[in-house]
Amino acid sequence: MATEHSRTAARLMVSPAVILLFLWMIVPLGMTIYFSFLRYNLLMPGMESWAGFDNYYYFITQPAFKSALVNTLLLVAGVLLITVFGGIALALLLDQPFRGQGIVRVMVIAPFFVMPTVSALVWKNMFMNPVNGIFAHISKSLGFQPFDFLSHAPLASIILIVAWSWLPFATLILLTALQSLDREQMEAAEMDGANWLNRFIYLTLPHLTRSITVVILIQTIFLLSVFAEILVTTNGGPGTASTNLPFLVYAQSLLNFDVGGGSAGGIIAVILANIVAVFLMRMIGKNLES
Amino acid sequence: MGQISLSAVTKSFGDVNVIPPLDLQINDGEFVVFVGPSGCGKSTLLRLIAGLEDISSGKILIDGKDATDAAPAERGLAMVFQSYALYPHMSVRKNIAFPLKMAKLSQAEQDRKVENAARILNLSNYLDRRPGQLSGGQRQRVAIGRAIVREPAAFLFDEPLSNLDAALRVTMRQEISELHQTLKTTMVYVTHDQVEAMTMADKIVVLNAGRIEQVGSPLELYRSPRNLFVAGFIGSPKMNFITGAEAKKHNCDTLGVRPEHVEVQADGPWTGVVGLAEHLGSDTFLKVNVPGVGDLTVRVSGEMNLHHGDQVTLGPQSGKLYRFDANGMAL
Amino acid sequence: MSRKSTPARQAVVTVAAWTVGFLIFFPILWIFILSFKTEGDAIRTPLGVLTSGWTFESYHEVQERSNYLLHFWNSVVLSVGSTILALVIAIPAAWAMAFVPGKRTKDLLMWMLSTKMMPAVGVLVPMYLLFRDFGLLDTRIGLVVVLTLINLPIVIWMLYTYFKEIPGEILEAARMDGANLRSEILYILTPMAVPGIASTLLLNIILAWNEAFWTLQLTTSNAAPLTQFIASYSSPEGLFYAKLSAASTMAIAPILILGWFSQKQLVRGLTFGAVK
Repeated sequence: MATEHSRTAARLMVSPAVILLFLWMIVPLGMTIYFSFLRYNLLMPGMESWAGFDNYYYFITQPAFKSALVNTLLLVAGVLLITVFGGIALALLLDQPFRGQGIVRVMVIAPFFVMPTVSALVWKNMFMNPVNGIFAHISKSLGFQPFDFLSHAPLASIILIVAWSWLPFATLILLTALQSLDREQMEAAEMDGANWLNRFIYLTLPHLTRSITVVILIQTIFLLSVFAEILVTTNGGPGTASTNLPFLVYAQSLLNFDVGGGSAGGIIAVILANIVAVFLMRMIGKNLES
Repeated sequence: MGQISLSAVTKSFGDVNVIPPLDLQINDGEFVVFVGPSGCGKSTLLRLIAGLEDISSGKILIDGKDATDAAPAERGLAMVFQSYALYPHMSVRKNIAFPLKMAKLSQAEQDRKVENAARILNLSNYLDRRPGQLSGGQRQRVAIGRAIVREPAAFLFDEPLSNLDAALRVTMRQEISELHQTLKTTMVYVTHDQVEAMTMADKIVVLNAGRIEQVGSPLELYRSPRNLFVAGFIGSPKMNFITGAEAKKHNCDTLGVRPEHVEVQADGPWTGVVGLAEHLGSDTFLKVNVPGVGDLTVRVSGEMNLHHGDQVTLGPQSGKLYRFDANGMAL
Repeated sequence: MSRKSTPARQAVVTVAAWTVGFLIFFPILWIFILSFKTEGDAIRTPLGVLTSGWTFESYHEVQERSNYLLHFWNSVVLSVGSTILALVIAIPAAWAMAFVPGKRTKDLLMWMLSTKMMPAVGVLVPMYLLFRDFGLLDTRIGLVVVLTLINLPIVIWMLYTYFKEIPGEILEAARMDGANLRSEILYILTPMAVPGIASTLLLNIILAWNEAFWTLQLTTSNAAPLTQFIASYSSPEGLFYAKLSAASTMAIAPILILGWFSQKQLVRGLTFGAVK
C-alpha cells in the first residue's frame, strides 16, 4: 500500500484536517497569549497597553485561583473515582444473567444522553433543593433537618451531578470489555481452583486495564472543562467554593470584562491541561499500542 | 499479449534490502510460479509487478512498454488476493462487474461479460448472493471471475489457495490450470507450496531471500537443481542430504538423494534401523537411522512389511545421486 | 460460563440490577412525571406527586413562553450539520492514516487528539472577540464551524480505528480493478465502513447536541440550541418545577430516543475502537 502515488494522495487527503486543526489551535491560542500580556478591559476599549506578566501575577495571586485549581483537580479526581469504581461494580452486576437485562441497560445508559444544563437543573431543583427537593422530603419524613447541598457542600454536589452523567459511559465501556472476556480462560482458572476474588484480580482486572484507560482518558478530557453544571447550579459559589478554572476564566473575562486577566487564566488552564495530557498520553501510549 | 520483463529491479523498505537486483523474463501465455519459503520476497515481487509497491530502482516492462511508474490500474493486470479481497457489501454480480464499471463499460456490455464469466466459473446460480454467503471455493471463483472479465494482459495470483482446505485446494488447482489452458493468458502465481508449483507451472522461479535461485520447468528443477536450496525445496518428501565421510567417498561436500530414489537392496551400502514406518498403502515412508550417514527418509512404492526397530539395508538407484560442493552448488 | 445460576442467586442479581438501574434512571423518570403535573402538585412530597392528577398544562406554557421549535431546530442544525461537516473532512484523513501509514502517523493522531485537550476557556476570549468582530455571535453558521472543529479529532480517531479493521487488500483489489482514489473511497471504503461511520455519526450528534460551553457562550437567542433554552430556566423560573420538567423533557427526549434506538452502534462508538 505504499507507492509514491498513494503517499502523495494520502498527504493531500490528510491536509485539510491537519490545517484546520492547526489553525484552530494556533490562531485563538496565539491571540490568547497576546491578550494575556495586555492590560485590556472590554469596558475601556482603545485603552489597551502592554502589561508584561502582570496579568499572570494578578491571576495567580488572587485567592480564587488556588481554590479554583484545587477544585478543578478535585472535580476530575472525584468524578473519575466514582465512575471507575462504580462502573466496574455495575458492569460486573449487569454482566450476570438476569431477567430484563435489555431494559435495565437502557435505563443505565440514559443519563449519558442528558445535556449538562438539564441534569444540573434537575438535580439542583428537584433533588437538592432544601425545601421541595426529594432529598429534603426524604430527610423530613425520617425526622431529620433537610440538608442544603448546594450551599453547604457545593463541590461535592457538583461532583455527584457530573458523576451521574458519566457513570453510564464508564459502565458501558467496561461491560463491553467484560463480555469479550475469554470464557474458556475463566473456566480454566476455575478448574485450577481459583476462587471468585482470585479470578477477578488475576483475570478480569488485567483484561479491563485497557478499557479503564480509555474511560480515564476520555473523561478527563471532558472533566477538565466542566462548565455548564457550575454555571447553572451554583454560579461558582458560595464565594469560590465551587469555582473551577474554566469558570474562573469565564467570570474574569466575560463577567468582569477583564480580557487580559481572563486570557492569562486561559493560558494557565491550557498549561494545566497539558501537564495532565502528557501524563495521560504516556499512559494510553503504553496501553493502546498493543 | 502478456509479456512482462523485469530488469535490475530492486526493492528496499527503509534500510532493509528485500530484493537485490533481479532480472526476469515472463513470456506471453506462460504460467509462471514464484515459489519459496515465507519471507523470501515472492509476494513483494508480485506486488511490484502489480504496481501496489514502488520499485526502488530498475525497470518493469509490460508488453514492451515501460510500466515502472504506471499506477496499478494502468498496467492492464488483474490480481487474485490471498484473502480473495471480495467487496463484502456487493453481490457477486456487482463484484465481478466492478472493474467493468470502473472502465465505464455500458450496462449491457457489463451484463454480458459477467454472465459469461459466471458460466465459465459455474457461478451463474450465485450471482445475487453476497460474498459472505458463499463457501471458500466459491469466493475463490468470484475473485477469479473479477479478474477474468477485465481480459487482462496477465493474471497475478497471490497464494490464492492457502485459505482453502486440502481437498478443495486440489480441485481449485486443477480449475486454475484448466482456466489457463482455456484463456491462454499469462499467469504469475505466488505460492510457498512446491506441490502447487510443480503441478501448475510452465516455469518455476525459486526465490530465496529476494534472490532467484533457479528458473526452469518443473522437471528441470527436479532433475537438475542448481544448488542445495533448490534441491531441498523442490520434491516431497525433501531430498536427503548426507555430509561427512560418506559424501567424501563421492568426492563432494554434500551428497543428495531423493527418498523415492532410495531402494531396499540386499547388497546396498547403507544398513540401518527403521525408526518410523508410515504405511499409506500406495506408498510406505520409512525413516531409517544409518550409523555414520544419519537419518534417511525412504519412499517405497506399495506396501512393505517393515516396522519400528527392524533392520534394513538400503541403496540409491543408479545415477540418481546429486553432488554439491562446499558452496552448495551442484557438481 | 459455568456459573452455577441457582434460582436464589439469580433472584438476588435480578433485584440488585433492577434497583440500581431504577435509581440511576430515576431523575429522568421523575422529570417526566413532574412535567404532567400542575405547579402546585409538583412541589408536594413524592407520594403526593404520584397521587395527584395529570395535565398537559406545563407543555402549553413552555411553548407559549419560549419558542421551543426554534431551539429544537437549532439543536438539530448544529449537531447534524457539524457532524456531517466533520465526517466530510475526517473520512479522507482517516483513509490516509489507516491505509498509507507513515512513520509519523501515530504522532499525528496523538497530536490531533491533544487539540481536544486544550480547554475551551483557553481560547474563550479570542473566540468571543472573533465572533463579535465577524458578526458571528448568535449565528448558526459560526457555531457549526466551532462544533465541527471541536469534534473533528474524535471523529477522525473513531473512523481511523474502524478503517484499520478493513483489510487493505480489498482496497488494493479495487485499485487493481481500475478504481481511482475517489471511486475507491466512494464505492468500496465508505460502504464497507457504514457501521463504523454510523456510530461515529451518532456519537458525535449526541456530543454536539449536549455541548454546553460554546453554545452557552456564543449564542443568546436566534441561534440558541436547547442547552441555552434550558439554561434560561436556571433561575428564578427553576422553582416552577412543572414547567422546568416539561422543558427538560422536550430538550432531552429527541436525543434520548435516538440514543436508545442506536444503542448497539453507540456502544462500539463509545469505546473508540479500543474495546472489542
